[in-house]
Amino acid sequence: MTPEMLSLSNSPGLFVGLMLLKLIVVFSVVMLMVAYATWCERKIIGHMQTRLGPMRTGWHGLLQPIADGIKLFFKEDIIPSQASVVPFLLAPMMILVPAIITVAVIPFGPDVTVSGLIVPLQITDLNVGVLYILAFAGLGVYGIVLAGWSSNSKYSLLGGVRASAQMISYELAAGLTIVSVFMLSETLSLREIVALQSEPLWGTFSFLPNWYVFTQPLAFFLFVITGLAEINRTPFDMPEAESELVSGFCTEYSSMKYALFFLAEYANMIVVSAIAATLFLGGWYGPLPSSLGVINLLGKIVAFMFFFIWLRATLPRVRYDQLMRMGWKVLLPLALANVVVTGFVVVLLQ
Amino acid sequence: MEILFFYLVAFVTLVSGLLVIRCQSPVNSALALVNTFFCLAVFYVMLHAPFMAAIQIMVYAGAIMVLILFVIMLLNLGTESRQRYTRGVVWSSIASLLMLIVATVTIKTGQVTGAEGEITAHTVKSVGHTELIGRTMFTEFLLPFEIASILLLVAIVGAVVLAKKEV
Repeated sequence: MTPEMLSLSNSPGLFVGLMLLKLIVVFSVVMLMVAYATWCERKIIGHMQTRLGPMRTGWHGLLQPIADGIKLFFKEDIIPSQASVVPFLLAPMMILVPAIITVAVIPFGPDVTVSGLIVPLQITDLNVGVLYILAFAGLGVYGIVLAGWSSNSKYSLLGGVRASAQMISYELAAGLTIVSVFMLSETLSLREIVALQSEPLWGTFSFLPNWYVFTQPLAFFLFVITGLAEINRTPFDMPEAESELVSGFCTEYSSMKYALFFLAEYANMIVVSAIAATLFLGGWYGPLPSSLGVINLLGKIVAFMFFFIWLRATLPRVRYDQLMRMGWKVLLPLALANVVVTGFVVVLLQ
Repeated sequence: MEILFFYLVAFVTLVSGLLVIRCQSPVNSALALVNTFFCLAVFYVMLHAPFMAAIQIMVYAGAIMVLILFVIMLLNLGTESRQRYTRGVVWSSIASLLMLIVATVTIKTGQVTGAEGEITAHTVKSVGHTELIGRTMFTEFLLPFEIASILLLVAIVGAVVLAKKEV
């Protein structure tokens, strides 16, 4: 008898218990990674610029994120007198929540069996998982736009307007690159997409796994670029652009609200890394054996994060018109062409 | 359990729908409308139509409302001054009362639920909601689908012509 999938109907107590456990573990791991991503960023950029980075708090500055957190927590919380209060308060939450919710559909290991029932190592396996990611990526823009508008300051407003134009333009290209992935996988569930990528590649390349980065290199390349633009990281950090807009959309924020924007930026980095790893690099599958699935996935995420930080130390910020021209005239046509070519290949191979 | 959740979501939907028309600032109204769309997506999930829910959030909340918010921000509309539209209120309440009667009669007498068709709950579960929509859209409803895409293309070309003086 093949074991059944654990669900609310066959073992409610165990289901709720394990679900809570998965939620707490995933949330704590993401939050811990966010905290130490800030430390890593300062250290890596420091060393790349032949500085040391934080050194004073703890061994090589390891306690710096905690000290920063405490500092931000005790700072005065300022609401500008001319601000629209409700959107001003909502904005930091509206940027952090979509980022963290997206983690729910990322599978982080193979199925395990608990008391005769199969438990997938994923918070929830939606059969529209990919669309869910795209939907919440689209909601992320509200936080920035509202923060920019409600602060009632020129710099913030400019940051907010830039953010909305940029995110709308790049979302299209990002969506199209993902389309070409699920044209190959023929499923929208991330669990099945990872399962398909664990099969060997065809012919002489059968020593390699069927990661979609090998069959869809252009889509992978485009996804990383548009992903960076979606989360407003350098070289696409136009909404923040400290050299021209003070601090962009979060100029007027202070204390914990500012900290939430900061958290959201790193949470978004982790989410984009996790999605790129799952869609193109086999997720938890390979190169280490599947029993170490979590380490595989975390390793890929950390590699992406390092790459993003490295880019920040290397590349200057693009100008606003260059950003728009690249989005609409280069990335979008390339992504469309990729979808068309993929369609032809899929039909011919059938 | 599910019915309680339904009432909760319905309550939130109605409250945010009311806020859309009651808020003084247009940005707050737009936010309330986003919340309404989100609640509608929750209803789609409860009706076992996850694809519709995802598309609802992506298209309405994620794209259209962002553009509306963008326009409101650029126009920098202040809070609207409150005016009395007594006659408007009377006529619109009569219209909504009639609408309520029509809706109630349709639901009570018409075959809104339980109508037998080719696609049953069982086929949706076995084949998948997304696959079924895709298949019918590209076979049975191909012509309307293509007409809609041409319509959108015309709109895009029109926007480009309006925005650029010399094409």
